[in-house]
Amino acid sequence: MRVAIGRLLMTDYYYKMTINEIQEGIIEEFAGFEDWMDKYAYLIELGNDLEGMDEQYQTDQNLIKGCQSKVWFNAKLEDGVVKLEANSDAIIVKGIAALLIRVFNNQTPEAIMNADLKFIDEIGLKQHLSPTRSNGLVSMVKQIKMYGLAFNHKVNN
Amino acid sequence: MSLDPHKYRQDFPILSEKVYGKSLVYFDNAATTQTPTQVTDVLVEYYNKYNSNIHRGVHYLSNKSTEGAENARLKVQKFINAAHSHEVIFTAGTTESINLVANSFGECYVSEGDEVIVSEMEHHSNIVPWQMLCQRKKATLKVLPFNDKGELMTEKLEDLITDRTKILAVNHISNSLGTINPIKEIIDFAHSKNVPVLIDAAQSVQHKKIDVQALDADFLVFSGHKLYGPTGVGVLYGKEKYLNEMPPWQGGGEMIKEVTFEKTTYNELPFKFEAGTPNYIDTIGLGAAIDYVEAIGLDEIDAYEQELLAYATAKFESIPNLRIYGTAKNKTSVISFLVEGIHFYDMGMLLDQMGIAVRTGTHCTEPVMQHFGIDGTVRASFAFYNTKEEIDALFAGIEKVCKMFAV
Repeated sequence: MRVAIGRLLMTDYYYKMTINEIQEGIIEEFAGFEDWMDKYAYLIELGNDLEGMDEQYQTDQNLIKGCQSKVWFNAKLEDGVVKLEANSDAIIVKGIAALLIRVFNNQTPEAIMNADLKFIDEIGLKQHLSPTRSNGLVSMVKQIKMYGLAFNHKVNN
Repeated sequence: MSLDPHKYRQDFPILSEKVYGKSLVYFDNAATTQTPTQVTDVLVEYYNKYNSNIHRGVHYLSNKSTEGAENARLKVQKFINAAHSHEVIFTAGTTESINLVANSFGECYVSEGDEVIVSEMEHHSNIVPWQMLCQRKKATLKVLPFNDKGELMTEKLEDLITDRTKILAVNHISNSLGTINPIKEIIDFAHSKNVPVLIDAAQSVQHKKIDVQALDADFLVFSGHKLYGPTGVGVLYGKEKYLNEMPPWQGGGEMIKEVTFEKTTYNELPFKFEAGTPNYIDTIGLGAAIDYVEAIGLDEIDAYEQELLAYATAKFESIPNLRIYGTAKNKTSVISFLVEGIHFYDMGMLLDQMGIAVRTGTHCTEPVMQHFGIDGTVRASFAFYNTKEEIDALFAGIEKVCKMFAV
């Protein structure tokens, strides 16, 4: 708790959740779903609710390769934390992107680099992680980690 | 009396598998058909009792394996009614067969300024090898278009074929649209201009009786795994005349007559084109698959699959906002579709959760998608072991997805 208070003082206004704490929250949320329908309905809801991104950032450069659907991720470093935005033409994929944004947005490059993504396994999205060309999740995570690495390099140099 | 799928489903143990605790509905037959135990038993039998490298073997096992593989060649010859068994070359599959022709025939007959024609509805396997050939030889790749129903505009061949055209490569049946192309008409016209034709029969040998002599096809290619056979084995049929003139494509064992460091002479057909140890056990399995299909009868299979197609098409057309891509008059049991407002990948993922296997994406026919201005479709493809109840399950599944998306 002392750590939390320390952070509260540091950031003045809010307590910033760690990547692990956010993951725990997502796992808890998904544990409440009784069957796959509810889970996917929720992903659809998250997808629909995710604010897209400025079309000027939906470039080939930001396109995640290797997906059947189009997924764009854009990241920038602001005040030492990474700001993420994403869009996809497939809603469920967009919902998954929304979860990733929830986990990684406003985190430091270092935290992103070192994050251990356990929630994907635990909420039963692992099937989307198999290294086939049809899925985007593995590429999305890789891309976000790349951003973490690149920004970390920038911060330290 | 139409074919009763229940009589055959027990031959395919995979069809009784559960997926996420639900009964599997397998509608991805255009990508790979399932393999009956009559085929897998043969594979196991050969591995357990006769496995040995074929040809030039002195011992009992090698002779048994050789006999099995060569017997399979005779079965393929009869299956497509080739004039000679040495016109049947075993390959790894359709893709390798086409690459063989594009390389070897291309080497022999195509030079700078020449032309190769493919259709707009080809699988990438029947585009890219020709494109690579054209790049190597500074030749031109020309495209025979299709109309919005997904029918080839064969009347355009008149203008497309010139005296520089060296070969025309076209599929018998489109994998993404289901269109059955009038290949006899196409071959006859091309021949009237002295242009040989390669038929990609990957999507047709499992539905239609093929007679390469009646068609007068110069080359015809297909895969075992779309004909209820094993993966990794396929066929190149070629007219003796061409196969004799064409140089070998790959070098290695089996394809040689004599080797010295100064010079190698090549084996005769069909071995000239079968370098290295062939996939002989799967080849034997392909023979068993042909036996299996012929015992049921391709005409019966085709008639029943047409029934499934008509049943599914009528059901699909009743779903608002669903559009079928590929509405040719002559179609095989393939339905490519999209529901407005629902991405094909979302649809595929949700159907998967219900135990329904469909394919999504471009189906390796990006030019077909470009024709319609879309990124992909959902494709359901039916085989003779599928039932109307399974189509009902797919229909209910699509309706459920529509509900989830409030479409």
